[in-house]
Amino acid sequence: MKAAVLVFPGSNREGDVAQAIELVTGRRPTMVWHGDGDFEKVDLIVVPGGFSYGDYLRCGAMAAQSPVMAEVKKRAAQGVPVLGICNGFQIMTEAGLLPGTLMRNSHLKFVCADVHLKVETSQSLFTNRYQAGQVIKVPVAHAEGNYFADAETMKKLEDRGQIAFRYCSPEGAVDGPLGKGANPNGSSSNIAGVFNETKTVLGLMPHPENAVEPMFGGTDGKGLFEGMVEALS
Amino acid sequence: MKARVHVTLKNGVLDPQGKAIGHSLNRLGFPEVGDVRQGKYIELELAETDKAKAKARLEDMCKKLLANTVIENYSIELVG
Repeated sequence: MKAAVLVFPGSNREGDVAQAIELVTGRRPTMVWHGDGDFEKVDLIVVPGGFSYGDYLRCGAMAAQSPVMAEVKKRAAQGVPVLGICNGFQIMTEAGLLPGTLMRNSHLKFVCADVHLKVETSQSLFTNRYQAGQVIKVPVAHAEGNYFADAETMKKLEDRGQIAFRYCSPEGAVDGPLGKGANPNGSSSNIAGVFNETKTVLGLMPHPENAVEPMFGGTDGKGLFEGMVEALS
Repeated sequence: MKARVHVTLKNGVLDPQGKAIGHSLNRLGFPEVGDVRQGKYIELELAETDKAKAKARLEDMCKKLLANTVIENYSIELVG
């Protein structure tokens, strides 16, 4: 599997995700600078976490208009898989690749913690290594992870199975109080990650790339990368 | 020509920052303050003399970058 990781001014998790990809593929991904309107053909594009353009105006708003994102939109439309993590998720909603938006956490604080996620479906190229309903533990680190979409969009997401991950308790309960416990940021319906309609684009706030080595808090995130390798190699 | 753009959260979208501001004002001795909504104010200098054209261009700017229409409304005011 050949992957490209985008790099914006202010990205800071591009090295982490490149490392995770190299760990499962044995192959270093290509790093692509935000000003590049074209780059080599790849099987997967990753939009990493960080604070692109200093989060000016809105998180991801500037990066979404960069030359590289115009190319990503073109390739996503052709079916090339795109994975957006944290700021990458914010960039992709701003770019219109994914529905909804990420607002300021309801408690107004930056949250940096391990969270539990319920995998909603195994039927995607990203989640095929997990079971539907499985609970995994991965870290989050964000101040704007509060997922919001209007009622009509929320209904569509539920009906079409576009919700990839929900925040939950260690036992898998997703009905915790908003902004507390199982829901770290006030996200609507505990949403931590969503797919596009064809499930070839995934955005999520948590950092699976930071849960791939036993020495660093667990390996629950590794399945995401292994699943993609299996689907795309 | 100068333009003023106000970007505000749509009705029904929770504004935790506005709420925090409201609570602080209540605590500071302003009990008359009820609901508070926070927004953005953007001033732009435009090299354009035709008001209708400027307005249309600003609409485009708001939709493409200045506002996120999933959660925000915008209003445009032309000055001078």
